[in-house]
Amino acid sequence: MSGSPAPTTFAPAQSAAARFAARAQPLAIDVRGIRRVYKVKPKPVVALDGVDLAVEPGEFFGLLGPNGAGKTTLIKILTTLLLPSEGTARIFGFDVERQTRQIRRIMNMVAGGEQSGYGILTVREQLWMFSQFYGLPARDGWNRVDELIDAVGLDEQREQRISTLSTGQRQKMNFARGLLNDPWIFFLDEPTLGLDVAAARAVRELVLAWKAAVPGRTVLLTTHYMAEADELCDRLAIVDHGRILALGTPDELKRRVQRESVFRLELDRLDGGVGGLRSLPGVVSAALAVGDQTARGDGRQTVAINLALVDDGALGGVVGALGGLGAHILALRKSEPSLEDVFVELVGRGFDEDRPADDDQDGRDSRDRHGPGNQGSTDEAREREVEVVG
Amino acid sequence: MTARADGRRTLDRPGRTAFVYRPTASPQEAAAWTRRQVAMTNLRTVVGRAYPRIIGLRRDKSWVFFEVLLPFLATSAFVFVYRALQAPPQYIGFVVLGGAMTAFWLNVIWMMAQQLWWEKSQGNLELYFAAPMHIMAVLFGMAFGGFVMSSTRAAAVLVIATTVYNVSFSVDQWVLLIGVFLLTLGALYGLGMMLASLFLMWGREAWHLTQLLVEPVYFVSGLNFPIARLGVLGSVAISILPLAVGLDAMRQLAFAGAAYPIGTPSPAIEALILGAMVVVFLVLARWTLLVLERLARSEGRLSVRWQ
Repeated sequence: MSGSPAPTTFAPAQSAAARFAARAQPLAIDVRGIRRVYKVKPKPVVALDGVDLAVEPGEFFGLLGPNGAGKTTLIKILTTLLLPSEGTARIFGFDVERQTRQIRRIMNMVAGGEQSGYGILTVREQLWMFSQFYGLPARDGWNRVDELIDAVGLDEQREQRISTLSTGQRQKMNFARGLLNDPWIFFLDEPTLGLDVAAARAVRELVLAWKAAVPGRTVLLTTHYMAEADELCDRLAIVDHGRILALGTPDELKRRVQRESVFRLELDRLDGGVGGLRSLPGVVSAALAVGDQTARGDGRQTVAINLALVDDGALGGVVGALGGLGAHILALRKSEPSLEDVFVELVGRGFDEDRPADDDQDGRDSRDRHGPGNQGSTDEAREREVEVVG
Repeated sequence: MTARADGRRTLDRPGRTAFVYRPTASPQEAAAWTRRQVAMTNLRTVVGRAYPRIIGLRRDKSWVFFEVLLPFLATSAFVFVYRALQAPPQYIGFVVLGGAMTAFWLNVIWMMAQQLWWEKSQGNLELYFAAPMHIMAVLFGMAFGGFVMSSTRAAAVLVIATTVYNVSFSVDQWVLLIGVFLLTLGALYGLGMMLASLFLMWGREAWHLTQLLVEPVYFVSGLNFPIARLGVLGSVAISILPLAVGLDAMRQLAFAGAAYPIGTPSPAIEALILGAMVVVFLVLARWTLLVLERLARSEGRLSVRWQ
């Protein structure tokens, strides 16, 4: 894996921006009542079960869901590779069933683990071959390829055969391929699948830089990495069993499961226990954190408490009261829900958990069978330190 | 154009960066292509897709052994049989010509008919269909690349065998001979394009079908003997197999004046049959491709990963 991408100027093309803003644009993605059934034995599989989706031009939109949720099926329909069984879908106003040529001129796609191309070709040749499929004049094609190779940070691999590339290098090359035709809409199907942390970060930075270069460029990302969706997406939909269970910005979705502000405080001492805190205005609950009374370096004990407040504003009263009790706050953390918590609340299981035996692919909403809750498994992941005192 | 420090050149256009190549005001403007753009894209696709095959000729030299020396040995076996039987000398030439044409049939059956299936398993096929060119342009590119590849191999077999076995050709109608050769290739690759679509639908069975087609087609095409010897079977082969009719016509033209088994049409008639085959196979290839693209999109067969 080579280093991060070479610095490139990503200044938006201002005239294009003005022109783009001046005219009313149809939705980048307009999906209505899409259903897709695969006729397989022993019984048909419902991959999409009545999906409606509207993505504005310029949005970075994410589809978040576990394997088999229907994300890839939806992307294949939108990229004109698959016909819907029912419903309609449009890309910038072009129908995916009848106006495939127009859509294919303005879009591109990259999938995770993609092994496309011919091993006998070098990176440069492979990209040039694809540039010809998009109609770039031969010499323009070579120059464009060189620019993109620089932009994605594959300069050292330029003349290397693609059969010898690492997974991360290969995915960077795939990104360069996806950008050859200056797409208006970029479909990314789990693009960081199998990449190490550095390579995944490089890929995410590339997408953001590309999108920022021209107003109106739209990205549809499917992923089952919640942190990735949280970091990149303006809005996202949580998908399972071929249905959209929830849709909104990452913050909006997280607020759905966070009804209270939860804090964890670490104190040097707490005379009189937590009972006194419970009666304070705005405090919903206060409890000693089990097993978290630890010895400090000087041998003295510390006390950890979990506080649930009606909102963040109630924290001031708690801090004041603790001062009155002579306690010093050593650390303060706010616990925030993650997208996985949202998923667990909606579906009743985590991403990595197997579906229940009776949970067949008939598209039923599993909320009917599993109650909300079960947030314990992600406590560590969702705890983010916002402030440290003392 | 601006020359860079490393000698490569970059494009000078206002507002361009690596991430802005063809600034357009809207997706609608970007999607509105002229007829010329469409035609040029298809033409460039032919060149682009032919490139890996042509460059492969230079990079992967194993073809010299597998596709020149081994076919030469197979041809040699028949040469020795004919010599032992004291067959007329032109039979040696017939075998040599048949040995050279083998390269094209193998190319059509292994690298055209099977290709779309192989591209699908590699993940290339969905990228082809997701790109704006006509998929026929991809097939033409494969055919053109395959033609260059196979011509090199066929020429090598022809030159080596002709030299080693002292074959002398006698050509009266050069134009017709060249015409028949080109029509044979046109019909062969047209057949390959048509089979490519069909094999895409047959999936894994395509590999078995390919194997099934190799030897029988060798036999009924009269690769190592004049097809007239097959009687009615030969006539049927001439009416449906480009290799059979093309080879028969080329033998008649390349060994003019030699005693040739009667029972097959004249080269001119065979040229007309080949011409008809070119048209029929190309039209069928285009039609099957359109039908099967629709079917593949409907059944989810353009990619391996579908959910």
